[in-house]
Amino acid sequence: MNSSVGSDAAVLRVEDLHKRYGSEEVLCGVSFSLAKGETMVVIGPSGTGKSTLLRCINHLTPPDHGRVWLERTEISHHRANLNRIRAQIGFVFQDFNLFSHLTALGNVRIAPMKVRGMSRRDATALAMEELERVGLAAKADAYPAELSGGQQQRVSIARALAMAPKLILFDEPTSALDPELIGEVLDVMMGLARDGMTMLVVSHEMGFARSVADEIVFMEHGRIVEQGPPARMFTAPEHPRTAEFLRKISELYGESDE
Amino acid sequence: MPLRSSGQTREVRIIDSFVAIGRYVPMLLRASLINIELLFALILIGFFVGTLVALCQVYGGRLLGTIAGIYEWVFRSVPALVLLFLFYFGPSQFGLYISSFLAASLALGFRSSAYQSQIFRGAIQSIASGQMMAARSLGMSRPRAIRTVILPQAFRLAIPGWSNEFSSVVKDTTLAYAVGLNEIMRSARIIYDRQYQLAMPALIGVALVFLVMTYAGNGLLGGIERRFRIPGLQMPGQGREGELIRRK
Amino acid sequence: MTFDWRWVAPLAQGLLLTAEITSTCIAIGIVLGVLLSLGRVYGRRFVRGLCAVYIQFFRGTPLLVQLSIVYFGLPTWGIRLSQFTSAILALGLNTAAYQAEYFRGAIQAVRGGQMLAARSLGMSAPQAIRWVILPQAFRLVIPAWSNELILMIKYSSIVFSIALYDLMGVGKKIASREFRYFEVFLVVALFYLALVFIVSQALRALERRVRVPGLGAPGEAR
Repeated sequence: MNSSVGSDAAVLRVEDLHKRYGSEEVLCGVSFSLAKGETMVVIGPSGTGKSTLLRCINHLTPPDHGRVWLERTEISHHRANLNRIRAQIGFVFQDFNLFSHLTALGNVRIAPMKVRGMSRRDATALAMEELERVGLAAKADAYPAELSGGQQQRVSIARALAMAPKLILFDEPTSALDPELIGEVLDVMMGLARDGMTMLVVSHEMGFARSVADEIVFMEHGRIVEQGPPARMFTAPEHPRTAEFLRKISELYGESDE
Repeated sequence: MPLRSSGQTREVRIIDSFVAIGRYVPMLLRASLINIELLFALILIGFFVGTLVALCQVYGGRLLGTIAGIYEWVFRSVPALVLLFLFYFGPSQFGLYISSFLAASLALGFRSSAYQSQIFRGAIQSIASGQMMAARSLGMSRPRAIRTVILPQAFRLAIPGWSNEFSSVVKDTTLAYAVGLNEIMRSARIIYDRQYQLAMPALIGVALVFLVMTYAGNGLLGGIERRFRIPGLQMPGQGREGELIRRK
Repeated sequence: MTFDWRWVAPLAQGLLLTAEITSTCIAIGIVLGVLLSLGRVYGRRFVRGLCAVYIQFFRGTPLLVQLSIVYFGLPTWGIRLSQFTSAILALGLNTAAYQAEYFRGAIQAVRGGQMLAARSLGMSAPQAIRWVILPQAFRLVIPAWSNELILMIKYSSIVFSIALYDLMGVGKKIASREFRYFEVFLVVALFYLALVFIVSQALRALERRVRVPGLGAPGEAR
């Protein structure tokens, strides 16, 4: 836990989350907190509950047990405000999930229009701004099928940004992309981190983690094994499993340049 | 047993009518056998003609293929009732006698052949062309290759679509009443022409008969489908999306 | 075989009635069908069951039986409807059952991630259904609905049995009057072929109009 940040500045606090699917327990008591402006990257072997963790935070998957706070509001059990809460948390999916029947512009402005009640004109202006921010203003009228994977993912980031969220959750944002398209998405994410966005990222991209993360969390079998700043985690991890995983990963993925 | 019709509330009359239909049930059931006979007759005609048409379209060359295509389009686009009238009254006009059963079998049979040919054609075309190449490279002639390699696979692939056709065509057999066939709808009509109060029970009875036939048929066909299934041999779009199929 | 030009005018009149009946019952079918499919997919268990029973009944029994129940059966229960009303009621209820199934297939063919993405942006379930799922389902269902429309054009011929003078009814009247069934019904067949052809072309053009790249029928590659 980053002790220089008091819990008052915590945008997200997760306490003892549990989730089981059938007989398998996917999350076995996960707790951590995320401060404003902090970028936290979660790493770990596949199937260890990392995606489930993200989905439990914004209740796309309801957790069996545990509590979640967004700033000072406890969001874990208040059914009524789920939609409003989700509007404050951005989510970027591994397979983008852009709305196939809308153009890029349509995708980005639909939530501000329908959820926040913005006028079409204001929402369009906002959407163009966000598309500009991710470098895709020129593709505003393209349909998702006409965009490359990297472009689609950037549009989905713009879509999340348009709601001015308090934090953004990234669920393996580059895992479904061809290697040459990964860079453009990571660039956008790095820009966001630089601009002070609070981000919780599940990823295998070690280069990104090393250069952008404020905190790295290593999860295995539904539990947090170790967490700490990248400098320490990458050079002198305390837990043997952490070291083993990091070694395997750098063999597999190599180092990616920023 | 005449129905009491005066001095009764409507509810009582309705209940009475459902009781009174009892003596006509054997008649209705016997008539339903005619529907089933017609069903098998027309399916058989549809099967043989349909296979022929499908083969013409896939392997027949330009002329045969076009003719087959037109045949298929015409018999799919003209309403069943029109076909029934053409097949029943047509021959009589030229001096040939034709029974309602035969006319109905032919009319509905050719119509079914148009749909069945579509099913077979899809099945044949989804068998990888490599199969034909392999057969020819072993020295088989085209007809032999078709008979021993393509058709056995095509028939299996066609079973789901074919059983769809079967279960939807069973309802069309009622249309044959229009050319005088003594099937179940005609019998029901005879009943309520005689006693109008029996209309509802008679018709609901007919509906029930068809519901039973549909369910029994689907169960049977599902069993056949499972019996002949070969793992890995499936048409694209089978399964959930395959349910987006027409009915009658 | 002799044909008579004087048949064309009354047959054309009948054709108009066929068109009227078909379009009305299809409209009923679309509205009711969408409601039924929404009930089947998103409703509570009771609603789901009710919709399923309706659909099973109307798909499992012949259209002729359904029409006869409405026109001949209901009067014995005190409900007397005109021929036209009976026709569009029976046909409408019938086509709704089939359209409900096609639409349900289309809804389920919209990928699950779309709903997740919509909810993650804060949309409520009704909003997500209205703005994300349905627009896509409507596009996906067009081929099946086009098919259904063509089918209904043909099945509307059944209304001649309750003395409605649509294309089929007029044909039968002329044919029995002049006892020239074969020729008359050949012409009737041509009329139906022409109608089916024109409507098919129109529907294909419509499909092209509303097409969105990447949103094809299930099974179509992106």
